[in-house]
Amino acid sequence: MAPGVAVLDYGSGNLRSAVRALERAGADVTLTSDFDTALGADGLVVPGVGAYAACMQGLRSVRGEWVIGRRLAGGRPVLGICVGMQILFETGIEHGVTTPGCGEWPGTVERIEADIVPHMGWNTVDVADGSTLFDGIDDERFYFVHSYGVRRWELEEPNPAMPARVTWTSYAGDRFVAAVENGPLSATQFHPEKSGDAGAALLRNWVTSLS
Amino acid sequence: MTLAVRVIPCLDVDAGRVVKGVNFVDLRDAGDPVEMARVYDAEGADELTFLDITASSDARATTYDVVSTTAEQVFIPLTVGGGIRTVDDVDRLLRAGADKVGVNTAALQRPELIAEIAERFGNQVLVLSVDARRADDQPSGFEVTTHGGRRSAGRDAIAWVRTATELGIGEVLLNSMDADGTRDGFDLAMIRAARAVTHVPLIASGGAGTPQHFCDAVDAGADALLAASVFHFGVLTVGDVKEALRAAGHVVRATSAR
Repeated sequence: MAPGVAVLDYGSGNLRSAVRALERAGADVTLTSDFDTALGADGLVVPGVGAYAACMQGLRSVRGEWVIGRRLAGGRPVLGICVGMQILFETGIEHGVTTPGCGEWPGTVERIEADIVPHMGWNTVDVADGSTLFDGIDDERFYFVHSYGVRRWELEEPNPAMPARVTWTSYAGDRFVAAVENGPLSATQFHPEKSGDAGAALLRNWVTSLS
Repeated sequence: MTLAVRVIPCLDVDAGRVVKGVNFVDLRDAGDPVEMARVYDAEGADELTFLDITASSDARATTYDVVSTTAEQVFIPLTVGGGIRTVDDVDRLLRAGADKVGVNTAALQRPELIAEIAERFGNQVLVLSVDARRADDQPSGFEVTTHGGRRSAGRDAIAWVRTATELGIGEVLLNSMDADGTRDGFDLAMIRAARAVTHVPLIASGGAGTPQHFCDAVDAGADALLAASVFHFGVLTVGDVKEALRAAGHVVRATSAR
């Protein structure tokens, strides 16, 4: 049976592409803002576009940070995408406003330092050793669109049972987190659902890991 | 790691059909935006832009259908422009499956719209579309036009790009109305002038005729290149353009083998 994936709907934005891309990757997908549905699915995808503070507010309105926390306590997979990755960190700083995130990982989301921002378009990544998410696609380009990123990975000594595999990208001399795989919790700064065949392969790798 | 220069085909869509299209062999229906989107995706397009030129608001619903069907089948970013006047219009298009929206006249008439959209959805969804032409009476030498270039908005195009950047756009689509349709090359002076006043990515449009034109636009400061007729009429393929860009030393996304 196809793994069941819930895409958390906690506000506006383009969720249709994420749903369809996950279906194409072999998942049985439900778009939901329901707590129990999100909790019970084989995999949960946390999307996110727009401002950090607005996303956290939307996430709280559906008790999203509880769903994420409870799933992780039970070892159940969660995949954050774009701002859905950023809100997994401790803090976001946008326009001088500091917003607490879900705090699953220590670290700060801050403005990218480059002449041209947002970082918008197709970039390569430096894939972490032992990555399963990037299995077979480590030379591909992925679609990024963001003005904020995580420059320092601060989880210094991860639990040996749950290694943290951090994939990086760089842009105009600035280097930031492109993806993290840490036990049941994975996340990408780029949009796999918008990254053509490479993104489809990444989603397939994640969906396959659910069954 | 270097960001790739983006090549973006643009489709003019009227009441759900592609207009001015057409020399594709092996295409059952060159008027079907979804099928055209698939072809460009397979050719290696890095994004797609739909320009909705539907005049009547009744027929506009077909645009949402086209957007949603495309977003369900083509997994590269999709920008939709044309006729967007309110935050609700943006919401509807994003929900239909657009990733970005192009705003033109409505932002000129009511610049607050830029901040309203950016606050609700983030500035990355907002592409400021500027139809500009040469005008000696403006300080920069370029003015904004409306109504497909037929009317002057009485405003300096480069100053408008600077102002809109401060208001919170995510990207600029700079379309030269003088060069549009000529295939004589992009307006490089206009690209340089806009590049100097904005920190957001710049998409150059208007005038593409040869692969070299695309290279020249990148050298002038464009981050992405948009073209319509050269692709639709089969004068060039996305692959031809990328090959030329690569040969000129620019980074492009390889077209995956299918």
